[in-house]
Amino acid sequence: MSNSAHLHVVTSDNIGPARIRLGKGLIWGSAALLGLVALAQTSTSFGWFDFGFTSWRPTLYAFCLWATALCWAQVLIRGEHGKRALFVLPAALFVISLTVFPLLFGLIIAFSSWNLSSPDGRQFNDVQNLVQMWNDPFYWNAMGNMVWYVLAIIVEYAIAFGLALLLNAQISARKFFRVAFLLPLMLSPVAVSWMVGKSMLEARFGPIARLARFLGWEDPSFFSSPIMAKLTIMIMDAWTFIPFMMIMLLAGLQAIPKELTEASRVDGATGWRSFWEVTFPLMLPVSITAVMIRIIFKLKLADIVINVTSGGPGGATDTVTSFIFREYRERSNVGYGTMLAMVYLVLIVIFMTILMKLAARYARPRT
Amino acid sequence: MTETAGDDPPVDRAPIFKAPIFKDGEADGRYTPEWFANRALIYGVLILWAFICLFPIYWTISTSFKIAPDVMKGNMLPWYDYDPAWLGWRSLGLSPDTIGSESTVREEFFKRFVNSTITALASSTLAVLLGSLAAYGLSRFDYRWAWMKNDDISFFFLSQLILPPVVLALPILVLYRELGLLDTRIGLILLYTLSVLPIVIWIMRDQFAGIPTELEEAAMVDGLGAWGAFFTIILPIALPGMVAAFILSLVLTWNEYFFAALLTSTHANTLPVMVASQTGSQGISWWSMAALSTAAILPLIVIGVFLERFIIKGMAAGAVK
Repeated sequence: MSNSAHLHVVTSDNIGPARIRLGKGLIWGSAALLGLVALAQTSTSFGWFDFGFTSWRPTLYAFCLWATALCWAQVLIRGEHGKRALFVLPAALFVISLTVFPLLFGLIIAFSSWNLSSPDGRQFNDVQNLVQMWNDPFYWNAMGNMVWYVLAIIVEYAIAFGLALLLNAQISARKFFRVAFLLPLMLSPVAVSWMVGKSMLEARFGPIARLARFLGWEDPSFFSSPIMAKLTIMIMDAWTFIPFMMIMLLAGLQAIPKELTEASRVDGATGWRSFWEVTFPLMLPVSITAVMIRIIFKLKLADIVINVTSGGPGGATDTVTSFIFREYRERSNVGYGTMLAMVYLVLIVIFMTILMKLAARYARPRT
Repeated sequence: MTETAGDDPPVDRAPIFKAPIFKDGEADGRYTPEWFANRALIYGVLILWAFICLFPIYWTISTSFKIAPDVMKGNMLPWYDYDPAWLGWRSLGLSPDTIGSESTVREEFFKRFVNSTITALASSTLAVLLGSLAAYGLSRFDYRWAWMKNDDISFFFLSQLILPPVVLALPILVLYRELGLLDTRIGLILLYTLSVLPIVIWIMRDQFAGIPTELEEAAMVDGLGAWGAFFTIILPIALPGMVAAFILSLVLTWNEYFFAALLTSTHANTLPVMVASQTGSQGISWWSMAALSTAAILPLIVIGVFLERFIIKGMAAGAVK
């Protein structure tokens, strides 16, 4: 998006000092109220003085009031410019209060031992969580699994590209195929894990097991050996998400000017050469976007694993998310789980930054 | 984005393989054996993949009408090798003979269904509302907040996509417990809105970037303010994009499991949580699980079939610049 696309409008607002004072008063007044309520609640929760609060709800309401006052005051103080700020401000406040604040709070939790079911409450324990994490083979095992899961995207990408090419060819019943190919994406991963993982892959009478037996595999079991289980999870996840990449790639293919492929054909490029030397390079930016988004989604993979194998056999299918989920479910220790999640976040941010830098270098059109 | 994936390419387009550009003689217009082999291969692959996509859905729906021996024998074709029975649906209380009577399972199911519907609709609406406004503002006006300019603010919103849910899950769990938001629909709605907001902003930014600013300039010359121009001029034009973003959010929030499993227990459970809890407790009553799964996926299959155009439009946004 270039800056020239921006709207430039000159405005002249007549904002009197009284109006500015009112606006500032609103912000600071509601902030003071928020502070007071929070203080009262803190003192209640620490047992200094009982105001009779049962939960922190009033603080939440005070926060909402403050946020509203802040938005309103923008218009009062800054007039037309304030009205423009109002487009972005609600969303920004929403995201900040729901991510930045919990993340900061999470940092505190990460360095403490906190079992939600025990009455002791939260206790700082320095870097014990880090030490425990360092010595936790299951966590690093899950991390290693994530590498395999992410690598599986290469195969998914190849299949998705092939399907997109087919859908872009001159075929009839295009609409039917498009809808059919899209449907797996619409299904909830939980339903998929039952439909495919639990019933169709059932070793005795699931249709896929039957097919495998028919094809000569004596004793089809999809979740007993670690490699097989990992592959099965990969395939199930691929089944749901291939449509996603396929659609993005299809959009990219349809945006390629027809003249380019025709010109290459006139020049004598056919089949493979036309694909590798014309279509594929042109599709590189779209491909990178699609793969990048797919990686982001893959790093969140959990639902299928939780519901089909719950990490087994022996942690072979565990993802980081499903591992933390079980860690919390079994021991309800929020402190350790949060530390694991925070470390995961840091690793993801580093990984994605490197990836984006690399992508930016290779996606630049070669001249 | 000028062209969406939903549009069919023009009919006069040459086939991608073996395409004669110049028809010099008779021979170029004729169908060769090679052409037929190519066609057969293309349709073979297409049909095979369509089968792979559709068979699990067919299997689930058909299993919900089977009785135990049919499942064990692996019969697949109704009326041909098994007689459809209402067994699965009866256990849900949704078969013709039980629909009139009291059924606790049905009540439970409807409660979960309503929870899912409300959370999905509310969070998608909220996300489209907040996201469209933010995307519009970012595509039209210059902001400066501390060191952040427009691109930084955009990046701030989109970077939320990278944030894995598990990082927020436990801190939010503790916060919600203190705030009394655990096991409430509002709690889920807020989180779901947060999780789809980056996607909505991504789609809408693309939409607004495609609308020329001259439109608002004209409206502003005529005396409308920024908000007036947005609501009267821009909103109607961007509506298809908003519908696309809304439906995509709907799909994502309807299917969400992780937060729902962690943050709800009895009141605000959504359908995926119900489906998941059934798999654990009664693993082998195939028909009732199949019926439940069918009921859980059916709304989205309907959306997928009828609103496919919008979903594709939404996902294609940002792919092509």
